[in-house]
Amino acid sequence: MRVALFATCVNDALFPATAVATVRLLERLGVDVDFPAGQTCCGQPQYNTGYRQACEPLVRRTARAFAGYEHVVTPSGSCVAMVRDNYPRIGARAAADGRGTELAEAADALAPRVHELTEFLTDVLGVEDVGAYFPHTVTYHPSCHGLRVLGLGERPLRLLRAVRGLELVELPGAEECCGFGGTFAVKNAAVSAAMAEDKLAHALGTGADVLCGADNSCLLHLGATLHRRGEALRPLHLAEILASTEQHPWRPS
Amino acid sequence: MTGTFLGMPAFPQAAAAALRDGRLRANLRHATHTIRDKRARAVAELDDWAELRAAGKAIKDHTLRHLDRYLVQLEEAVAAAGGAVHWAADAEEANRIVADLVHATGETEVVKVKSMATQEIGLNEALAAEGITAYETDLAELIVQLGDDRPSHILVPAIHRNRAEIREIFAERMAAWGRPAPADLTDSPAELAEAARLHLREKFLRARVAVSGANFMVAETGTLVVVESEGNGRMCLTLPRTLISVVGIEKVVPTWRDLEVFLQLLPRSSTAERMNPYTSLWTGLGPSKGADGDGPSAFHLVLLDNGRTAALADQVGRQALRCIRCSACLNVCPVYERAGGHAYGSVYPGPIGAILTPQLRGITSPVDASLPYASSLCGACYEVCPVAIDIPEVLVHLRERVAEQGGHPLERAAIAAAGYLFDHPAALAAAERLAGRTRALHPRRLPGPGRAWTDTRDLPQVPAEPFRDWWRRNRS
Ligand code: SF4
Repeated sequence: MRVALFATCVNDALFPATAVATVRLLERLGVDVDFPAGQTCCGQPQYNTGYRQACEPLVRRTARAFAGYEHVVTPSGSCVAMVRDNYPRIGARAAADGRGTELAEAADALAPRVHELTEFLTDVLGVEDVGAYFPHTVTYHPSCHGLRVLGLGERPLRLLRAVRGLELVELPGAEECCGFGGTFAVKNAAVSAAMAEDKLAHALGTGADVLCGADNSCLLHLGATLHRRGEALRPLHLAEILASTEQHPWRPS
Repeated sequence: MTGTFLGMPAFPQAAAAALRDGRLRANLRHATHTIRDKRARAVAELDDWAELRAAGKAIKDHTLRHLDRYLVQLEEAVAAAGGAVHWAADAEEANRIVADLVHATGETEVVKVKSMATQEIGLNEALAAEGITAYETDLAELIVQLGDDRPSHILVPAIHRNRAEIREIFAERMAAWGRPAPADLTDSPAELAEAARLHLREKFLRARVAVSGANFMVAETGTLVVVESEGNGRMCLTLPRTLISVVGIEKVVPTWRDLEVFLQLLPRSSTAERMNPYTSLWTGLGPSKGADGDGPSAFHLVLLDNGRTAALADQVGRQALRCIRCSACLNVCPVYERAGGHAYGSVYPGPIGAILTPQLRGITSPVDASLPYASSLCGACYEVCPVAIDIPEVLVHLRERVAEQGGHPLERAAIAAAGYLFDHPAALAAAERLAGRTRALHPRRLPGPGRAWTDTRDLPQVPAEPFRDWWRRNRS
């Protein structure tokens, strides 16, 4: 099977290790991975800040970059939510504004082909044990978009439970938002910081070594707070845990 | 909407101030988490919750689409049952109508059933200016009124107060408003409730005019519905001679049958009860048209627009008019939980306030323009809303309106720059490489607007090479 990796702009620029891990994991599972170079950003930050029209070129670009791929895989729940939920909306609005149906068609054609990584693994490939090895105590934060917009449910936890050596500890208040919210983190910095504080108090209370998530933007915000506070708890994307094996164990980058 | 909240600071400033109040944070956290968990259990009891929710949404959407028709039907039915219907385009007009109606009775006091609509229009203040005193009779509203405070929650207006604070307010303020609190009042809930009961009983027995809102109005029969927990509302609805109800035009439902859906959705979502303790329904003056002396002998219904028609014209924003004011969205909102209700600068706080207030009042003041951003878009509100209002969708839609109005110059510049880079992958890769090469020089804290990020967080370490370059070296 051949799939296209939608790395996302945050992973490309700030968390390349997550994208590399996604490539290695998928290849280990026998999937051929392409990285169409025309891809950039899904437009989520712009859209959520109120700049819908600024996203239209990105909808077009993203749809073009992934045309012809039956499956597009993304290690970011919020970017999948953007494509699945908002691309069709952006297309429909452009059509309603009398600017033709081309954008709506591009959006509608792309949306169903984009899978969040854990969806792709469990639903398309039908695997839960990906052969990973990760001898650490891990707690999992299900980011809001994955939890509520995509309905990932137990998928990430099922994948984590199948990892050899991994001890999974439950995160209290897991479904509560971490306070990132894109530009919310800057526009409402005080509330955002208070939310991070509570989320981290729960995470630190578990005694885990690793705070795992499937969305690096939330982990960026939580990790930056942990770094400021000098905490040892390590934020890590799920893909990097699943890519880790006895032969090639995860190493801090 | 009312001017009571004019001059409020924008949400981020008000929220930051509220966050520094440790007692407020503890009160809110405790209260919201308790009711949140209870609601989840009450909703989980029903196998057909999803269907009920879909039905609630569909009934409201249908009614809003044919609002003109149902309002006229309602007016005719209320008139036929002996009530008088008045139409108010805005707050000023509604307040004028109510004040004139009270003046016509010759009274200078009214008792009030808890009502969001009358708070929205600032009725108490308007009546006070006309020499009429309005007494709030809902326990929590009483606490707010005695404390010269503002409500901070739709259902539990004094949620920001704990028992000790309430005892203090009762002991110090009740005497100025009527029967004083007992000298030895403690902060036990039973004693506080008894003090309120005695204080209010006096008002119920004396008042000749009552003012209420309504949770629902049934178009086919002209029946109004008030649901409550305390029974104080029923006292107001039945004892005084004149009853004046001020109700938003979106509260109409077509038939009695529709109540079956909403009387299940509302109590479970708001108080986590299977059924609310008191459901009062009245149709004009009843079959006897008030002649037998039972209940009010005059009934006035003031139908309030106050920005609702404008909201109805907005294809995305209009779903906010489905709201049944259950407050479930407040109770699950992580932002409300930390900022408290006052930061929203409106009688409608929390997620619903963030989408309703800017639509009713417009987005010209700093606080109203900041409300659509008072959310991390986590979606918890949408998940619990019993009429499936996609609050995140409306928030983003309203952000667009703020941005169109000019937004923030720096923000616009950043969006434009990002737009260029993201549409030119080669330039993007060059920028990423430059960032990687200069990463040793990057600070961990930023000056200027970037401080909002680095006050509590470090800047992330930029990697040595972007993923694109790794791919080119290793795979292509
Ligand atoms: S928006 Fe929905 S959840 Fe919030 S108060 Fe209204 S009906 Fe309840």
